[in-house]
Amino acid sequence: MEDISEIPNSVIVRRLTKCYGSVKAVENVSFRIGKGEVVGFLGPNGAGKSTTMKIIAGLMPATSGSVHICGISVANNPDIARRHIAFMPENNPLPEDLRVGEYLRFRARVKDVPEADVKKRVDEAMEICQLKRSASKKIIGNLSKGFRQRVGIADAILSRPDVIILDEPTIGLDPHQIIAIRELICSLRGKMSVIISSHILPEIELVCDRVIIINQGTVVASGSPESLRKDFIPYDKYEVSLRASPERFVDVLANMQLDLSVVSHSEPDENGYVDYVLQAPQNSRLGAAIIGELSKDTVLMPSLVAYRKPSLEEIFMAATRRSWEQLRDLPETSKMVDEIDKEATEK
Amino acid sequence: MRRFRILVRQQIWQMFISPSTYIAAFLFLSFMGLMYLLALVEVGRAASENSPISNFLSVFWVPVLFMVPLLTMRSLADERRSGTLEALMTTPVTAWQIVLAKFLACYFLYALLWFSTLLFPLISRFWLPQIAADPRFFDIPQILTGYLFILVSGAMYVAVGVFASSLTRTTLVAGMLSFCILFLVIVGAGMLSKFPLPDSVSWLSPTSEYLQTFRHFDDFISSVMDTRPFFFYASTTLVLLSITSLVTESKNT
Repeated sequence: MEDISEIPNSVIVRRLTKCYGSVKAVENVSFRIGKGEVVGFLGPNGAGKSTTMKIIAGLMPATSGSVHICGISVANNPDIARRHIAFMPENNPLPEDLRVGEYLRFRARVKDVPEADVKKRVDEAMEICQLKRSASKKIIGNLSKGFRQRVGIADAILSRPDVIILDEPTIGLDPHQIIAIRELICSLRGKMSVIISSHILPEIELVCDRVIIINQGTVVASGSPESLRKDFIPYDKYEVSLRASPERFVDVLANMQLDLSVVSHSEPDENGYVDYVLQAPQNSRLGAAIIGELSKDTVLMPSLVAYRKPSLEEIFMAATRRSWEQLRDLPETSKMVDEIDKEATEK
Repeated sequence: MRRFRILVRQQIWQMFISPSTYIAAFLFLSFMGLMYLLALVEVGRAASENSPISNFLSVFWVPVLFMVPLLTMRSLADERRSGTLEALMTTPVTAWQIVLAKFLACYFLYALLWFSTLLFPLISRFWLPQIAADPRFFDIPQILTGYLFILVSGAMYVAVGVFASSLTRTTLVAGMLSFCILFLVIVGAGMLSKFPLPDSVSWLSPTSEYLQTFRHFDDFISSVMDTRPFFFYASTTLVLLSITSLVTESKNT
C-alpha cells in the first residue's frame, strides 16, 4: 500500500460500519484521502460503495466508526462538514423545470457562497464545464444526459469544496463526453480531493492517483494502480503472434529456457499465424529475450511480440476473487458455498 | 437564516413556474366564483340575515379538501422520488429548514389564492350598484374574521398536506393520504358530535367539542374571538411540521 502519511489528509475514515438490521453493508472500512488526490472507489454492485459515499457526505449516519473531513467530524458537525464537501449522487438528480443558470445560482447561495461572488462563481463553473455558451439558459428537463452530468459537476465545484464525491459521473455518456468529463476531473487534481466511483475501470485508471477496492463491505485493496499490479498480479503477460502450431510452439518455449508458459492461443489465420498469450514471472522483463530467441528460428516468422500490462480490470477481479476466497474459508460460509456448489452439480 | 430565506424564495419560485399551480388556481377560483354567485343569489332570494360572505366562506372545507392535496402533494414526495431532496440534503441546510420552507411556500400560495377571492365582494360592490347600499354585502368585520379563520385553520391543513407528502415517494398516494386525513379532521370531528357518546367515554365529549372545525368557523364569522382555536391550530401545525422534519431526516438513513 502506498504511503500517504506525508500528504495532509482531507478525508479520514476510521473503522466505519453500517448495519441494516442484521445485514452489515459496510464493515470496518478505514482509509485516508490526501489533499488534492483523485481516488477511484471500486467494487461490485452491492459492495457498499454508495453507502460509504453517503456516510462520508453526511447523508446517512454510520452504525459505528468515524469520518473526518478536513479535521471536522461529519457525525458531530454535519452542517459544518457539508460546507467542505460536494456530492454528486448516482443518476445526478436535478430539478426538471429550472434553467441551468437559475439552478446553479440557487445552489451557490444555499452552499454559503457570498452573495457578491455568486455570479462570478456560477460563470466560472459553467465556463469550466462548457455550459456557459451552450446551455446556461436552457431548461434542465430538456438537456441531454451529457449536459446534465456537466451541470452536476458544475454544481459540485461551485463552492470550491475541499472534497468532491462523484458517484458514477460518466454513466450513460458517449465517448466524447467521457473524455470531456475525464479532462475536467484531471483539471481538479491538486486543487480538490476527488472521490470517484465507477464501473468503467479503464476510466478510473486514466484519471485516478489511487484506487480503493471494496467488496462485501470491506476494503480489499488500496493503492496506486501500479502498486496493486505488484500485489495482485504475480506474473507478467506477453502477446506473441507467429507461424507455429501450439504443439510446436510449446517445444520452442521449452528450448528457450525462459520460464514462459502458454496461457491461451487463437486458431491459425489464413496465413497460418497463431496469437499466443504467454505468462512469465513478475518483473522478469523478457521482451528483448523473447524477440532474440524467436528471431533465431526463421520458420516462426514472428509478427508481434508485446508486453501486456495487466489492466485494472484484472486487478479488480483478482482482488475481489481473493476476498471471496477468504470469505469461503470461513466455516459457515464455506458450508453455504459448498451447498450451492453441490446443488449446481446436481442440476 | 440566509439559507432559509433562499430556500423559501426558491420554493415559492418553483411553485410559480409549475403548471400544476396554475391548474389548481384556475379550478379553485372558478369553483369559488361559482360559490360566491350562488351565495349572492341565495341572499337575494330569501330574506336571510346571513351575509353572502358568511354563506360563501361556510363552504371553505370543499376547496380545502381538493386544493390542499393538489398544492402540497408534490412538495416532498416528488423531490424524494426524483432524488433532488437527497441532493439538497448534501448542502448545509437542515431537514427542518427544508420542511419549513416547503410549508411556507405552500401556505403562501394557499393564502394568496384565498385572498384573491376577496375580489368577489369588491367586484359585486362596484359592478352591482343596486346592492352596494345593503350593509350585508360588504360586512368588513365579518370579512376580516372569516378570512382570519381561513388563514389560521389553513396553516394546519397545509401542514397536514406536507406531512402526507413526506410519507411516500408517490405524489398520487400523498394526495390521497392528505385528502383522507383532511376529511377526517374537518368532517370526521363534526360527525363524531352527531353520535351520542356512551357514558364510559363521556370525558371525550369536551375534546370532540374542542376539535369542531365548523364550531370554530361559526365563532370566527360571528366575531367571537377565542384563543383556544388559535392555540389548537398553531400547536397542531408545529407538531405536524416537527414530525415531518423527523420523517424527512430518517428516510435518508
